[in-house]
Amino acid sequence: MSQFIAVLVDGIVYSSWLFIIAVGLTLIYGVMKILNIAHGSLYALGAFTSVTLCTMWFSGGHDAMGSYAMLLLAAVLVGLVAGPVIERGLLQFMYGKDEVVLVLVTYALFLILEDLIKLVWGVDPLFITGPNGESPYSLLGNFEVAGLTYPNYNLVLVGVAAATGGALAWALAKTRSGKLLLAVIHDREISAALGINVGRTYFVTFTIGAMLAGVGGALTAPTVSVVTGMGAEVIVLAFAVVVIGGLGSLPGAALGALIVGLVRAAAVHYFPEVELFSIYFVMAVVLILRPKGLFSGAEVRKI
Amino acid sequence: MLTRLLRVALTGLAITAVSSAPALAQQKTSIKIGFVTFLSGPASGPFGVPAKLAAEGIVESLNAGKGPAPYQIKGIGGLPVELVVIDEAGGATKQVSEYRTLVQRQDVDVVIGYIGSGDCLAIAPVAEELKKLTVFFDCGTPRIFEEGSYKYVFRTRPHATMDAVAATMYLLDNRPAVKRVSGINQNYAYGQDSWNDFEATIKAMKPGVEIVTSQMPKFGAGQYGSEISALIASNPDVIHSSLWGGDLEAFMLQAQPRDIFKKSQLVLVAGEPYLHRLPGKIPDGTIVGARGTNGVFAPDSALKRWLVATYKAKSGGLDPNYPAYSVAQAILGVKAAWEKAAAKKIGSATPMGAAKNVKEEMEKAYAPPTQEEVIAAFERNVFDSPSGKVHMNLGKGHQAVMGTAYGSTRFENGVVKVGSIKYYDADRVTPPEGVSSLDWIKSGFKRTK
Repeated sequence: MSQFIAVLVDGIVYSSWLFIIAVGLTLIYGVMKILNIAHGSLYALGAFTSVTLCTMWFSGGHDAMGSYAMLLLAAVLVGLVAGPVIERGLLQFMYGKDEVVLVLVTYALFLILEDLIKLVWGVDPLFITGPNGESPYSLLGNFEVAGLTYPNYNLVLVGVAAATGGALAWALAKTRSGKLLLAVIHDREISAALGINVGRTYFVTFTIGAMLAGVGGALTAPTVSVVTGMGAEVIVLAFAVVVIGGLGSLPGAALGALIVGLVRAAAVHYFPEVELFSIYFVMAVVLILRPKGLFSGAEVRKI
Repeated sequence: MLTRLLRVALTGLAITAVSSAPALAQQKTSIKIGFVTFLSGPASGPFGVPAKLAAEGIVESLNAGKGPAPYQIKGIGGLPVELVVIDEAGGATKQVSEYRTLVQRQDVDVVIGYIGSGDCLAIAPVAEELKKLTVFFDCGTPRIFEEGSYKYVFRTRPHATMDAVAATMYLLDNRPAVKRVSGINQNYAYGQDSWNDFEATIKAMKPGVEIVTSQMPKFGAGQYGSEISALIASNPDVIHSSLWGGDLEAFMLQAQPRDIFKKSQLVLVAGEPYLHRLPGKIPDGTIVGARGTNGVFAPDSALKRWLVATYKAKSGGLDPNYPAYSVAQAILGVKAAWEKAAAKKIGSATPMGAAKNVKEEMEKAYAPPTQEEVIAAFERNVFDSPSGKVHMNLGKGHQAVMGTAYGSTRFENGVVKVGSIKYYDADRVTPPEGVSSLDWIKSGFKRTK
């Protein structure tokens, strides 16, 4: 029983993390039909920026609790700087091109950003640590479930995931801009004809998507050693989650993350030797039963 | 008129080209080493870049004639050394084509390189095909010379079997009552080999131990929450890990706040290079190794002090880690073999008294040794390195054998120190010639076939 509870807790924590890294990817795809491979780099940028900001914060001798504000600031900075630069400077010239071309464009961007990160931060693994070994990961203390100790930071992950998902769902369903966005998702040309500023919608969507990638990186940074290449690992996972849920679907990403997280945690606890395979097993089963993912909407066919 | 002039000029050029070509081939002015190491990807920070810094520092120092005894001769055999550095990232297939480029287009004299075991396994047969002296400096898999036999391939560091064997000896010395054993290793060649060796060794040395869980997270996974829960839940006496680099650091960051190490003894097979990076994050009493008598385990010697000084100057004050020691072993191994071959030629020429062709004989004797002569000198050679004496004893004289060491950590004045160091002789931790590592472990560590 206690092991079952451990699987649930581990699974939910991991699912939250998966959802945070995948939600920006599915949002951008849903609106812009761009499979943004550079999402992984934006995630890495968020992590590296967090390390730099937190290190500056700690070396300034400020209260360690402020490091959480630095994580948030890093995510916002990545969103507000990298998002607009990439969208205005590159992607806006590519709209209307084939989806495959756009994948290649964002892949190229991914390679460029990976090298840029290497140029700026070097190849040594970095981590966030204060003068006395403080880290946002352990500052909040621990909680105990089923005889296992977990840092409370895990609850932050769960909270952020729930809040992000809730906020996006609310914004899409209840606000004016959300409804305009849904119209753009449904048909870009008709929306434009009806007077919706499609360019601005894309701009805002991409910036939010980039910011979500930054949030993922910033929240991950305190728990890992931040190293070049971390973006490549994450884009594969995020892509698997998004495909399981149905490309472009917000509830799909949430359910996909939850399934993958729980299956993986169960694998780790009961059959560690199949852990590597578990995510792809889920993906294969889902795609056999529903080739377009769990929450794929009916495709509008245009002539 | 113009065409005649042109023809004359062209003929002239052609003659010069023809006449100068053999001269170029005969007079060797430098030794070109192709050096392959990770410059990007997760292995670059902890291994690849330190290895490159060490190689550059060592080559500069040798070229300036500043090597300590017995390496005072400038460069290699008096010829300056030139490095051609290649990135190891990209997988075995890419490395094979990079290797071909190095050998066939860059025309290097020797290739030194490869950290990834997969890369070494792929390169060895190609080296044989292209007939190019190739020295593996860091990869650990015992399979290279246990499953193959090579003429042109050498490895100047011991293989990884001794890591597991010595770790188990050290563990059982300190904690003879161990019963419940667990592991967390990366799911790729090195992680699996390391765990399999450890599992077999501890089962052979202490019958009755129970393997309670073996976690195999993906290479570069980053998130270890579930694995740590599973480890805690299995209540192990010992946690074996060959994690390295960012993965090791992430695991320590996530595991340490969860009180896992209060009950369980941690063994980090390749932990030594990370100690200075994780103050306060490595529990006291953690058993650490450096895959040989490298780093803190290297006995003091002029060569060690030379490597430390050379590396510090290159890296901005850092101590060399074990890949840096491995590089030193490889370059000095080639230098030792080369100079031994050269000395043998001069010694055996002795045209004294034989008045015929004295000049020609002397010229021949003092010409740089051929690759075949260097290989003959390299086989079963014994040479000095910053980590101690290296014996090329296994794999028909192509595989180095050395002792190793393990120690326990303690946190003191903000620094992680290694104490209670124990040394293990090579023949206690390495299988004899002709016996595969796993067979040797299962046989109960027999010295004879």
